Amino acid sequence: MTILDLENKTIFEYSQQGRNAGAQLLGTLGDSSDLPAALLRSSKPLLPETSELDVVRHYTRLSQKNFSIDTHFYPLGSCTMKYNPRAAHRIASMPGFLQRHPLAQEIHSQGFLACLYDFQEILIEVTGMAGVSLTPMAGAQGEFAGVAMIRAYHLARGDHERDEILVPDAAHGTNPASAVMCGFKVREIPTKADGDMDFEELKKAVGPKTAGIMLTNPSTLGVFERHIEDIAQLVHQAGGLLYYDGANLNAILGKVRPGDMGFDIMHINLHKTFATPHGGGGPGSGPVAVSKRVEPFLPAPIVGKKGDSYVWLDKDNRPQTIGRLSTFMGNAGILLRAYIYARLLGREGLKRVAEYATLNANYLMIRLKKAGFTLAFPARRASHEFILTLSKEEKQFGVTAMDIAKRLLDYGFHAPTTYFPLLIPECLLIEPTETESKQTLDGFACAMIAILKEATTNPDQLKKAPYHQPVRRLDDVKAARELNLVWRDSKQNLKGEETKQ
Amino acid sequence: MPFIPHTANDVQQMLAEIDSPSIESLFDEIPKNLRKELSTKIPEGLSELAVVKLMREYAEQDVSSLCFIGAGAYEHYIPAAVWDIVGRGEYMTAYTPYQAEASQGTLQLLYEYQTMMASLTGMDVSNASMYDGASALAEAVLMAVRANRQTKSRRILVPKTLHPYYREVISTIVTPQQIELVDLPYSFTEGNTPLESLNALGDTDIAALIIPQPNFFGILEEVDQLTDWAHRKGALVIAVVNPLALALFKEPGKWGETGADIVCGEAQPLGVPLASGGPYVGFMCCKEAYVRQMPGRIVGKTVDLDGKPGFALTLQAREQHIRRSKATSNICTNQGLLVTAVTIYLSLMGAEGLRQVAINCHENTRKLFNKITKIPGILPVFNRPYFHEILVRTEKKAADILLALSRLGIEGGYATSVHYPELGECLLICATETKSERDLEVFCEAVKRCYISENSCASV
Repeated sequence: MTILDLENKTIFEYSQQGRNAGAQLLGTLGDSSDLPAALLRSSKPLLPETSELDVVRHYTRLSQKNFSIDTHFYPLGSCTMKYNPRAAHRIASMPGFLQRHPLAQEIHSQGFLACLYDFQEILIEVTGMAGVSLTPMAGAQGEFAGVAMIRAYHLARGDHERDEILVPDAAHGTNPASAVMCGFKVREIPTKADGDMDFEELKKAVGPKTAGIMLTNPSTLGVFERHIEDIAQLVHQAGGLLYYDGANLNAILGKVRPGDMGFDIMHINLHKTFATPHGGGGPGSGPVAVSKRVEPFLPAPIVGKKGDSYVWLDKDNRPQTIGRLSTFMGNAGILLRAYIYARLLGREGLKRVAEYATLNANYLMIRLKKAGFTLAFPARRASHEFILTLSKEEKQFGVTAMDIAKRLLDYGFHAPTTYFPLLIPECLLIEPTETESKQTLDGFACAMIAILKEATTNPDQLKKAPYHQPVRRLDDVKAARELNLVWRDSKQNLKGEETKQ
Repeated sequence: MPFIPHTANDVQQMLAEIDSPSIESLFDEIPKNLRKELSTKIPEGLSELAVVKLMREYAEQDVSSLCFIGAGAYEHYIPAAVWDIVGRGEYMTAYTPYQAEASQGTLQLLYEYQTMMASLTGMDVSNASMYDGASALAEAVLMAVRANRQTKSRRILVPKTLHPYYREVISTIVTPQQIELVDLPYSFTEGNTPLESLNALGDTDIAALIIPQPNFFGILEEVDQLTDWAHRKGALVIAVVNPLALALFKEPGKWGETGADIVCGEAQPLGVPLASGGPYVGFMCCKEAYVRQMPGRIVGKTVDLDGKPGFALTLQAREQHIRRSKATSNICTNQGLLVTAVTIYLSLMGAEGLRQVAINCHENTRKLFNKITKIPGILPVFNRPYFHEILVRTEKKAADILLALSRLGIEGGYATSVHYPELGECLLICATETKSERDLEVFCEAVKRCYISENSCASV
C-alpha cells in the first residue's frame, strides 16, 4: 500500500474483522433475552472494525486536509470568520455545564440560567429591542421564528389579509426561503446602482398585503442602507413590520442599533458577531430580539427572574408564544460561548469589533482598488465587507471570480465568498474581520495582485487552479448525476452482512 | 483589546492609506440622529482569568452527582479521543465546506457519517445532519408531504407516545404551511400506539404516519404492523429512533414489508454531552427515491481534474442559497462539529461496542425497574417491552419527589403529569450504561428515604 492510497482511504477500509478499540468495550454484557425477537436487529450495521489508534490517526489526518480560522486567513464575506477564542470553548466545557441535563431541577440550573438571563439582557441592550429569545438554533431558524412572529402579530390583531413579505434582491437566500416556510408569498425589491434599495419600487410594492420587509443593514452589498428611516416609516405606515437580518450586526455594534433604526424583529448570528466556532458547517445559533409589541410572541422557552432565582418561562406563562423550536433550549453550549465572549469584550470591546472590522475592510478595499481591481460600489464606504467585481477580467482574459478564488487557496488564503450577492456579476465578497492584522491583510493583497498578474500572463493556468490542495477542482456534475452518498464495498453491501445476533 | 491585533502605528498607516482622518469617520454614512452608544448596562470587559473564575462559580452551582433523567437526552460515556479530536481547530474553526478543495477533511468525514447513519437506520442515504431531533422531525414531516405522490393529503398522524416537546416543535414549524397534525391515542395500560386506534380513522387520506421507537415512555412500538398499515393506506412512514438503540433493535429499513421511508431522530447519545440540551445533532436518512426531497446538506463522492477521488457538497439545487424561495427548506447550517463527534464515536465503538452499550442500558434499566417497584407506593405503569426508560406511578407527587432527590444531589427522572395528566403522578426514569449497581442502590435508597418519611417529600 502506498502513501497515496493511505491518504484516500475511508475509515471503513481500515477495518479488519475482529479488530476493535478494546478500551471502549464494556466487557460484561447484560441480558437482553427478555426482548421480543421480532423487534431485534438481525444484521450488523456497517461500522468500522478498527483500533483506537486507527481512528485517532485517520481523523487527525483528515483534519489536516481542512482550511480553518486557526490555520488560515478566511476572508469569507457575510460569514464573519474571525478568531474564536479558545477560552470560550474551554469555559463552556466545564463539567458543571457539560453534565447538566436539560430537564434538571431548577436548583441544578441556577448557574446556567443566570448566564442565559444575563446574556438576554446584553442582547437587548446591544440591539435596542425589548425582549429576546435565545432558542433558535441557527440564523435560518431565527428567521423562521421572526417571520412566524410577524404572522402571529397580524393574526392576533385580526388582520388576515397580509400575505406578502418584501425582500430585497440582494438578500440572503434564507430570507425568501424562511418567508415561504411561514406560508408567505415573496416579493423582491430591486437595488439601485449605488447599493441602496430602490425606494420608488418599494413604494409601489408596499400596501395592505404587506406583512413585513426583511432587510440586512449594512446590506449584503457591504454598504449601509442610507434611507432606512424612510423605509421604516413607509412600511410601518402601511401596517407592516420590519425584520432585521442580523448577519451583519458586527458592522454596527455600539454605533447604531436595529431597534433605533425602526426594526421590530431581528435575529443575531452568534457564530458571526459573537465569535462562536463555525464547526465545519455548524452549530450556529440565532437568537431573536423583538420590540415591545411583538414580545408576547417570542419562541419558548425564555429565562425569567423570580426574586433571586431564575426560572424557565414556557407556554404556560407566555400563552401567545409561537411555540417551541428545539427539543430543549436551542444550542445551549453555543449560547454560553457567546456569553463568555461578551464578558471578555465588555462594552468597549463590542464597540471596537465594529470599528476595527470596518477599518480592515476599508483598508483592504482601497489597497485592492489601487492595485487595479474594480469595486462594485466605488463611491461608497465599505462596511465590514466589500465587493470586487471581476467582469472586466472575465471579458479580457476569460478568468472568472471562481478561478481567482481557487487560486487563492494555493497562496494559502481561503477564498472570499463567490457569486453572492447574485446581482453583482463575477463578484468576490470580502470580509477581513477585526481579528486580522494589517500584516495579514497586506499578505492577502499581495496574493491578489500576483493572481491578477497571472490572469494577464497565463490565464489558462488560473482556470485549472488549485494545484497544491489535497485534490484539484472537483467534478460537481458527476457528483450530482452519479450520486455516491455512502461508501460501499464489493464484499459487503450497505445494509451490512447478515449475522446471527 | 482582547482579540484585535492593531498597534497604534498600524492604525495610523491604514487610515493614511484610505485617506481618512479617523476610524469614526468610516461610519459617516449612518444617519447621525440614529447613532447611539452602548449603555453601562453592558459590563466592562474582563480578563480571561476573571471570566474563568466567574463562570466556574456558575458551573459549580449546577453539579449533580447522579442523573436518572432521559426524556430525549441521555448520559453516556464518551471516549476521551472523541472530543480531543473534535476540539482540533481544523474541525472546530472551519466553515461550511463550500470550497471543496480546501475542505476535504470535513467532507470525507461527512461522507463517512452518512454511510454509518444510513447503515444504522437501514436506509439508502443520509444527509449531513439537521439541528436537533425535534427540528429534524419537523423537516421530515414537510419532506413527507412533498414526497408522497400517492395523495394530496397534508394530514400527518402523530402518536401521543411521541416526545411531547417533539410534538410542540413540529406544530410550531409545520402548521404555517397548512399541514394538519392528528393526534393518535395510546393505550393507558400498554403505553404503545394500538393498531385499533389507526383502524378507527377509516378512509381518511393521510400523507404520513410518525412512528417513535422506542417511544417517549421507553416502550417498544409494534413497528412492523404500524408500518404495513400506513403503506396500505398510501401514507409514508417517518421513523423517529434513538440511533444507539439501533445497535440492538430492528433498523427502520426493515420494518414491515418494505421498511420506513424517512428516518430521523436525535444523535446526541452518540458522543455528544448533555450540555443543557445543546448543541445536539439531528439526523435524517431516507430511501433513495426521496433523496431530492431531502432538506439539508448532502456530501457526494466524485473525482477531480486528474481523476483522483474527492468529496463535494452535492444536490445543492435543493438548497436556499441556490433555490431561494423554492428551496426544500430554509435550513443553511448543519451541526458539523457534532457530526464530527458522532462519527468518531461510532468509529471507536464499532458495531460490537455500540451493541454492548445498548444492552447494558437495557439491563441497568431493568434492574432499576425491578428495584424501584419494590418500594411500597411505587408501581409499574405499563406492561410491555422497553429499551432503557420506564414509567413508574408514584403515590406522592412526582414533582415533590424530584425536588427532594435534587437536594440530595440526584436528578431523579422526569415528571410526566404536565404532558400526560391522565396517567396521574408518574416518573420517567432512565439508567444508561454509566450506572453501576451501587448507583442504582443509592438512587433507590434515596427514593425510599424521601418516600417513607412521614412528612411530605418536599421537606426532606
